[in-house]
Amino acid sequence: MDSILEMRGISKTFPGVKALDDVNLSVREGEIHALIGENGAGKSTLMKVLSGVYPQGSFDGEIRFRGQPVAFRGIADSEKLGIIIIHQELALVPLLSITENLFLGNEQARRGVIDWTAATAKARELLRMVGLSDPPDTLITDIGVGKQQLVEIAKALSKQVRLLILDEPTASLNESDSDALLALLLRFKEQGISSILISHKLNEIAKVADRVTILRDGSTVETLDCHDGPISQDRIIKGMVGRDLADRYPKREVRPGEILFEVKGWSADHPIHPGRRVVKDIDLHVRRGEVVGIAGLMGAGRTEFAMSLFGRSWGRNIRGNAYLGGREIDVSTIRRAMDGGLAYATEDRKHYGLVLDNDIRHNVTLANLDGVARRGVIHHEREIEVANDFRRRLRIRCSSVFQETVNLSGGNQQKVVLSKWLFADPQVLILDEPTRGIDVGAKYEIYSIVNQLVAEGRGVILISSELPELLGVADRIYVMNEGAIVAEMPAAEASQEKIMHAIMSSAAGGTATREYLQ
Amino acid sequence: MSAELNLPARQPRQESMARFLKSHMRDYGMLISLLAIVAFFQYVTNGTLLQPLNLTNLVLQNSYIVIMALGMLLVIVAGHIDLSVGSIVGFIGALAAILMVQFHWHFIPTAIVSLIAGAAIGAAQGYWVAYFRIPSFIVTLAGMLVFRGLSLALLAGQSVGPFPVEFQRLSSGFIPDPFGPLAGTAGFHLTTLLLCLVTPAVMIGLSVATRIRRHRFAIEQEPLPLFLLKSAGLFAVVAYLGWLLASYKGLPNVLIIMALLVGLYAFVTRDTTIGRRIYALGGNEKAAKLSGIDTRRLSFYTFVNMGVLAALAGLIFAARLNTATPKAGVSFELDVIAACFIGGASASGGVGRVTGAVIGAFIMGVMNNGMSILGIGIDWQQVIKGLVLLAAVCFDVYNKGKA
Ligand SMILES: Nc1ncnc2c1ncn2[C@@H]1O[C@H](COP(=O)(O)OP(=O)(O)OP(=O)(O)O)[C@@H](O)[C@H]1O
Ligand SMILES: [Mg+2]
Repeated sequence: MDSILEMRGISKTFPGVKALDDVNLSVREGEIHALIGENGAGKSTLMKVLSGVYPQGSFDGEIRFRGQPVAFRGIADSEKLGIIIIHQELALVPLLSITENLFLGNEQARRGVIDWTAATAKARELLRMVGLSDPPDTLITDIGVGKQQLVEIAKALSKQVRLLILDEPTASLNESDSDALLALLLRFKEQGISSILISHKLNEIAKVADRVTILRDGSTVETLDCHDGPISQDRIIKGMVGRDLADRYPKREVRPGEILFEVKGWSADHPIHPGRRVVKDIDLHVRRGEVVGIAGLMGAGRTEFAMSLFGRSWGRNIRGNAYLGGREIDVSTIRRAMDGGLAYATEDRKHYGLVLDNDIRHNVTLANLDGVARRGVIHHEREIEVANDFRRRLRIRCSSVFQETVNLSGGNQQKVVLSKWLFADPQVLILDEPTRGIDVGAKYEIYSIVNQLVAEGRGVILISSELPELLGVADRIYVMNEGAIVAEMPAAEASQEKIMHAIMSSAAGGTATREYLQ
Repeated sequence: MSAELNLPARQPRQESMARFLKSHMRDYGMLISLLAIVAFFQYVTNGTLLQPLNLTNLVLQNSYIVIMALGMLLVIVAGHIDLSVGSIVGFIGALAAILMVQFHWHFIPTAIVSLIAGAAIGAAQGYWVAYFRIPSFIVTLAGMLVFRGLSLALLAGQSVGPFPVEFQRLSSGFIPDPFGPLAGTAGFHLTTLLLCLVTPAVMIGLSVATRIRRHRFAIEQEPLPLFLLKSAGLFAVVAYLGWLLASYKGLPNVLIIMALLVGLYAFVTRDTTIGRRIYALGGNEKAAKLSGIDTRRLSFYTFVNMGVLAALAGLIFAARLNTATPKAGVSFELDVIAACFIGGASASGGVGRVTGAVIGAFIMGVMNNGMSILGIGIDWQQVIKGLVLLAAVCFDVYNKGKA
């Protein structure tokens, strides 16, 4: 097989960081090539070099595409050759329709006048190719992340794609959506379209990749060929972190104590559609030293529940009571909820988690400025110490704590959000998809920190769409579906099948009740 | 696991100087532009610009712009804008004039009532912006019309003045000179010179202390040669200006007020939790809110603060003209906002510095003054100022794209 892409000796420096150092990558015609490495290893940067986001001249090295040396001045150049990248953060316009998004910048128009009939027809065709059945005039905001991801791919297909680059496409997808997406990649492969897939989910890589290139600290470590025999996940991890990782989930020796935190009869309505109940009458409790998981599909209302609980930051018409250590606490504003001992680490780091223009240091202390200030005056040196401490503990990869968070890799941004809430020193920490986009090594670190928190007698509520993670980390699991808790089980007795079963059997009943109510 | 943590390699020393300069290009660039503009006008006006009398005038003319720029900076950093400040200047001037001239109030209660009125105006506008989420552009555009109209109504279209002498001193007075007579330097304001020697010396002393502390914590900071150069420059410039002012009437009272306020706001923005929260609010309101910051109250107070400072500026301006006119303060908001943007504030919020805004205000002020001396008409003055504003912001955007 010929190679469609050869990248040789690629180096790229940012002020203060060498993000890529003499990286080589070769992709064969019609293969799925996985690119993996720890957070900040340089995967996204390498793909931005390839797609012209960083233009020729801003990096060293040589790129050959289908045998020809290429020099891209911008994305438009690489797209012309059929190199299409789908970035880690989706780039769709939320208030435009699917059709409008598909052809944004590439409108089906004659002399500036859009031919909506042709556009719709073509959109339908593209959507069919990616297996989406929604009407093309649906607004992007009205479809879930999984479908948005498919729209991005359909958009790529509309541009004569030869090499498709997907940067962590499945990070925010649930399992069935991920499977659908991977199946699509396999279909493309049959049609001769090569793809580069970046992912931290090693099981997916094992499922679809033909070859795997591993990056570490900005250099190529090795390229493994999956056809030479199956590659174990442990083998990949070893390449990524440079050593064996004996256990994915650190052991915990804590006996949960008395009830620390309790929620009774918690309900909330949708903020825009009044009367639409999204969180339905939730009762749950967390013991001291306990990690409680909340499982559920995307859109089950878990984030909505957590945010409505945390200072009513989501929803309206919120009812219910919250108790800490047996006493009722006031959670009506975020400040009060925090004073009551709660903290909520968001799943959406860009919009709700970070002040991107600010450096790591300022983001880490934001929720607990009083912890580094006396009588309102900030002690700068102490603040820097705190930030450096978290940088060490969570292994945040950065040039210094003065680096702006906008320049951090996705996974490292996530660690900054976590640092912020750890520094706020809560009694009960709600973690919403805390390991999304985080590499295996860093996941282990985060689980260790969770263990440390509960060992100190605190409680953790873990919202996660990754069932293995819930099973590995939680002591007890609540299953949520359509805004209500439909099952509760000790993790020791839980399994993926049991959880899915609980969701499925409630779904049938749930839909029926909802229709009945309407 | 963390035993094997690998941090990126330390930067080699010689590289750090260039890198530091590059990442702080904006700060130095602005200082250098101010100096260059001063030098240019000093040259083309044959030395008139820095003559003691003109220098004093320059300070008096700019004090109210600088004072308002301090408040505007906070408003802009919080992600808003305030178009009403020029009208507030006019309105407060009118109010004070009516109280002092028609009702014969003493100037102290007048000043207090005026500042409270400014706070109330700021609160009224901030309320809509913060709690009803009405864009500040619209609310303060309305305020601009309302208070311009109200000052017209208050003055019934007339000019009201003159004011009691004590009130005029706010703007036309100079600090007393207890040291001069002692040393027998008649005609030379010795206290002024002493103040202008001691103040920079104290500032440099404080920054040396900070440097030592930071060094102990191994925090990256301005390279030593640059620091020495800057300190020496600061000392020389302030001492020279002090000498110039001392050979006229000494330091104007407003300059003292202004300097204290600049120091206060620099401290608040850099070193206090409130300041930090305002930057977070402007940088990402949702994230700030979810971090437990009461973003609405914070926005509200930035407007209250702006109202008070605009009122103070109104008093100073009225005192300077010695009469309140319906046209007082017209288009001040543009100079104030321009000062902030020239000083590096970002229109989308979250970015901007007090020192920047002050330098921006002086860039505008020196250009106004210098062009007036040259006899350039108000028409071309505006054209040139507009272009300078655009150039400064372009430089910003370009710089940001490169970094
Ligand atoms: N614009 C920038 N300025 C400075 N440093 C940057 C910039 N962009 C990326 N970096 C740095 O380059 C390194 C590589 O980042 P990159 O985003 O490629 O990582 P990644 O492998 O995609 O990680 P993740 O799995 O977390 O997405 C990181 O250390 C990051 O901080
Ligand atoms: Mg990445």
